[in-house]
Amino acid sequence: MDAVQDSVLNRAIGVFIMVDTQTVPAPARAPGGSLGQPWKDPKAVPFIKLEGVSKSYGDILAVNRVDLSIHKGELFALLGASGCGKSTLLRILAGLEVPTEGRVFIDGVDMAGMPPYRRPTNMMFQSYALFPHMTVEQNIAFGLKQEQAPRARIVERVAAVLDLVQMGAFARRKPHQLSGGQRQRVALARSLVKEPKVLLLDEPLGALDKKLREQTQFELVNIQERVGVTFVVVTHDQEEAMTMSSRIGVMNAGRIEQVGTPAEIYEYPHSRYVADFIGTANLLEGIVQTHAADTVVVQCPDMPSAVAVSQVGAVPAGASVTVMIRPEKMTMGRDRPTGEVNAAPGRVRDIAYLGDISIYHVQLDSGKVMEVAQTNLRHTAEQRVTWEDVVWVGWHPANAVVLTQ
Amino acid sequence: MNGRPGNGRPANGWTGAVRWVVAGGLGRLLVVLPPYAWLTLFFLVPFVIVLKISFAEMVSAIPPYTPLVAWVEDVYLQLRLNMANYIFLLDDGLYLTAYLNSIKIAAIATALCLLLGYPMAYAIARAPEARRNGLLLLIMLPFWTSFLIRVYAWIGILKDEGLLNNFLIAIGVIDQPLAILHTDWAVYIGLVYSYLPFMVLPLYATLEKMDLTLLEAAADLGCRPLRAFLLVTLPLSMPGIVAGSMLVFIPSVGEFVIPDLLGGPDTLMIGKVLWVEFFTNRDWPLASAVAVAMLVLLVAPILVFQRHRQNAEEPE
Repeated sequence: MDAVQDSVLNRAIGVFIMVDTQTVPAPARAPGGSLGQPWKDPKAVPFIKLEGVSKSYGDILAVNRVDLSIHKGELFALLGASGCGKSTLLRILAGLEVPTEGRVFIDGVDMAGMPPYRRPTNMMFQSYALFPHMTVEQNIAFGLKQEQAPRARIVERVAAVLDLVQMGAFARRKPHQLSGGQRQRVALARSLVKEPKVLLLDEPLGALDKKLREQTQFELVNIQERVGVTFVVVTHDQEEAMTMSSRIGVMNAGRIEQVGTPAEIYEYPHSRYVADFIGTANLLEGIVQTHAADTVVVQCPDMPSAVAVSQVGAVPAGASVTVMIRPEKMTMGRDRPTGEVNAAPGRVRDIAYLGDISIYHVQLDSGKVMEVAQTNLRHTAEQRVTWEDVVWVGWHPANAVVLTQ
Repeated sequence: MNGRPGNGRPANGWTGAVRWVVAGGLGRLLVVLPPYAWLTLFFLVPFVIVLKISFAEMVSAIPPYTPLVAWVEDVYLQLRLNMANYIFLLDDGLYLTAYLNSIKIAAIATALCLLLGYPMAYAIARAPEARRNGLLLLIMLPFWTSFLIRVYAWIGILKDEGLLNNFLIAIGVIDQPLAILHTDWAVYIGLVYSYLPFMVLPLYATLEKMDLTLLEAAADLGCRPLRAFLLVTLPLSMPGIVAGSMLVFIPSVGEFVIPDLLGGPDTLMIGKVLWVEFFTNRDWPLASAVAVAMLVLLVAPILVFQRHRQNAEEPE
């Protein structure tokens, strides 16, 4: 009893401090947030566990031997381009698809042969799938009626979730009388009302316009923290995945390429695919020349001199690798940068002014175009680099990553 | 007089008409006119004639009824509406019995069509897309043979030495032939057989366009497949059920060929009564009154029903 109260208290304090120290109204959730990082604890028992799960349709392998552990209270995002198998994986969790191979455990229970109507999961469908012949209230009460909940409880729960999604005033409307954003809230309320152990969301914000989507992202995170359910979200929108989730699983061609916190995925991608899919990446092909304790030296044909990258972990000399540098981690100036940096001269081919930052396309002598992002600190036009200027781009060895895949 | 039209305003009918044509009024009229003209010429006018005859008296002449309007004493234009036919309809129990019996038979036939047609439409709508058109074609295939011939063919199947009885005796299910032909059973078989496609097609149309993720959502919310059918599929296919039932029920009530060929002397249906009044008794006014009463009795509830549906679909 005391322990439970303590953890609740800690959690509340954690949230409080987190909010308090944040001066900018940025994402409500620091990665891991109040949750801690159970995935780093080898003794922690995952809440959802997939073991070698595959799904094939005829010759097409939609999901290819996926192993995945998701912990209680996580907001886990499955991120990938369309057709990568992320929705199929979600439907396997919901029981709407039967995996061809492998096993699925939720809260320690093997889900094999368990139909969707007996699973402790609820899903929010991409199309919302609201029953058109029922009112908002009836739609939300549907799930509770199926488990023959007492009437008083149904009324109370429906009112509570309607309140949560701020749709109380629309209880008597039919779905066709609601806007896209309102329908999405009703769909969310309907999937929450049974207090499932796992909430599955398939492109939950796909149908909303940008502004409404951003607003709803934070709302979803807030709701998730309030109800403490484990969320698994499928999305193709990397920004959405980054803002909302505790961890991201990047999927490609039916496989999970990498699992990690948004920062891990962004800063230390494991493969070219992940580096390219998340954010913008400058990729330089090369051959490993030497490998010291903490620095890899790579010979890149596009660069005038060998590239040094701070990297722990063995990369054998002679291996062909890719060096990845994020545009915002690069410097740009008229003079050659001094110090322990990698640098190359080039010519500005394109400038995209985005207000807070500008993106420069700098073509190196080899013809390779590098993207460099520069914060627009001053609003004077003095010394501003412009089209066709010859500049030096550079980056510190610690700001690049060597990709072997 | 100044004959010129003033500043752009239609000064006379011609400029107005030209503007109307340019604005697309003519095109719209040309599209709308044919169906209206068709309905007026082939439905409304004959109905008015029948209505007129129903207020006349029977005479042995050509035509076999009296005119409604006549000159009396060279100065009075007299309109004589003879209500005797309608009064007779109410007085003679035969007609009311025939009406009720027709409605009963049509209702049972409609229910049977629904019970048979719903699973068929459901199976076709859920069949692989490549196979659906072929299955629909099979539903419509009987239309390629004349309706009358198909009903005649049922005589050959249902009669005492017919295909069905011979088959059942041959496999030893029965010793004596079943008396099916010339009973209400044969009428039901004929009606269900003939009108089943009219039930299946509208049902298929609503079931086919149903969003199947709704059933997944129902399952996800803890609903077993049978309950999901009752709570989601069935209510959503209501428009198809209503349309199909109307298409079967209305022609079944007035059906003449099927009860005449397959039914027995006891099969009392209003279509047969109508036939007997017209052709056997040659009582055109009474037959017309029967026809008018039937139309009113059938159309009135349908109109009320339609009005009710429209109100239900209006947003609150």
